Amino acid sequence: MDPYDASDLTPRQSASSRLKDYFIGATPLQKRLESVRKQATFVSTPPRKKIPQCSQLQEDVDPQKVAFLLHKQWTLYSLTPLYKFSYTNLKEYSRLLSAFITAEKQKGLAVEVGEDFNIKVIFSTLLGMKGTQKDSEAFLVQILSKSQPPSENTEGKVLWTGWFCCIFGDSLLETVSEDFTCLPLFLANGAESNTAIIGTWFQRTFDCYFSPLSINAFNLSWMAAMWTACKMDHYMATTEFLWSVPCSPQSLDISYAIHPEDAKALWDSVHKTPGEVTQEEVDLFMDCLYSHFHRHFKIHLSATRLVRVSTSVASAHTDGKIKILCHKYLIGVLAYLTELAIFQIE
Amino acid sequence: MKLRPERVTCPSAPPKGKASGRFENPARSARVTVRPAARMSVLRPLDKLPELNTATILLVSTEDALLQQLADSMLREDCASQLNVHLARSLPLPSSVTRPRIDLIVFVVNLHSKYSLQNVEESLCHVDASFFLGKVCFLATGAGQESHCSIHHNTVVTLARTYRSPLLFCDLKVENFRVTMAQRLVRMLQVCAGHTPGVSALSLVSLLQSPESPSLEDL
Repeated sequence: MDPYDASDLTPRQSASSRLKDYFIGATPLQKRLESVRKQATFVSTPPRKKIPQCSQLQEDVDPQKVAFLLHKQWTLYSLTPLYKFSYTNLKEYSRLLSAFITAEKQKGLAVEVGEDFNIKVIFSTLLGMKGTQKDSEAFLVQILSKSQPPSENTEGKVLWTGWFCCIFGDSLLETVSEDFTCLPLFLANGAESNTAIIGTWFQRTFDCYFSPLSINAFNLSWMAAMWTACKMDHYMATTEFLWSVPCSPQSLDISYAIHPEDAKALWDSVHKTPGEVTQEEVDLFMDCLYSHFHRHFKIHLSATRLVRVSTSVASAHTDGKIKILCHKYLIGVLAYLTELAIFQIE
Repeated sequence: MKLRPERVTCPSAPPKGKASGRFENPARSARVTVRPAARMSVLRPLDKLPELNTATILLVSTEDALLQQLADSMLREDCASQLNVHLARSLPLPSSVTRPRIDLIVFVVNLHSKYSLQNVEESLCHVDASFFLGKVCFLATGAGQESHCSIHHNTVVTLARTYRSPLLFCDLKVENFRVTMAQRLVRMLQVCAGHTPGVSALSLVSLLQSPESPSLEDL
């Protein structure tokens, strides 16, 4: 057995607080077989997962500090580890990045009167946005427009926001060396052109690679089940699903809205094992919705593609757009997204 | 089209056969579903006499367009035997039609559609256990477009392993891949019909088995 597999055993056994296990089927025999197989061979295909329930995750994030992260639509990217990134040089990075952005925006443009290129870039760390102590600290990049005249001491409008984080990224941290900082999840809000420029700068400076993170229907159904399972005192939004029917000439969209308390009641009747969510429960939850729809409308939703899931906790679109609505489950949502990002990198 | 049912009532019982015991061994799932009364409804490999120099393949899937294209590609192949390609959406087949003995059944699953997987699982109950000695094959399409997948590919891998049958992956929408897969299926069909001397369906399937870890042999 090569040394990688031997060391792989101990973190798994010691992560008892996370209740993370890998298995394919629902029967105990298949669960055991799959965990044995994962330890014995280096599995090239990712096994299906069982995710801890949201309530078990840390809730020590200060609501005020992260309030600006909620209720905004973020575009997701996965990011390979950054080479020689240092948290002490953040001011230096701000300076370099603002110079780069100004240069990029002025490149190839004729001099325009009245166009304001005075922008300021701020790098800052986000405290508390991590799953375990080993996770790298999350940091935030903001592009602000400098207000004119400079005598006003207001900050200026935020043009673009992007932040990098890593929640429970243990599987990636184990494989990289000391010089690399692992922040596999990147979320951006703002103009696409700014995202492209910032992406180019990071790629040149830290030798990393951005790729857009898309969420397939399988993962969206997992998110729907996990977020419906979250206990909420007050439901802000209805639970809504959107399916895209592949038909010509134009694709048809089917939208299905459920009262959130009904969805929770359905989930509770399906959910058997406390503290974990299994593949079978997710499938059963979705099958109940599909069969109910079929009974009324004679349409097989299982033959269509799930494109968007929207709950009171968060809403996700298959193109990689996410909006988080509840600060209590912020870490839980980000943990799952980090897992998807890591899977895409590997 | 926006459809908004206001409330969803919890079904009193889970949908039958959908979650419980999906991947148990074929003998057990045969006991779970009600056996159809007519003997013709269950496909048996040896209940008819073979016809001279004829090989028959049955393609089962909800994806009609893909099946049609695959059938056309297969019929264009050069083959010493006469090929019959039968297409079906699901089993059981209607017993009103007389058909020759079926030599190979291919279940096609589209990874973009859970419905196709459910349909295949339900159809598998109508196949006699002795068919699975090399005369059944699974074909999964759509694995290339990861963002469109509703089914994890491990699901079909487990399904194929449970039924001890080979699993092939192919993007049936791409012409070249479809032609290659058609060639492969024609060669497999010839072996299953017994037209290839020295190779039988059972020996072929034992060659196609992926190496399994020793712990899975206990299953």
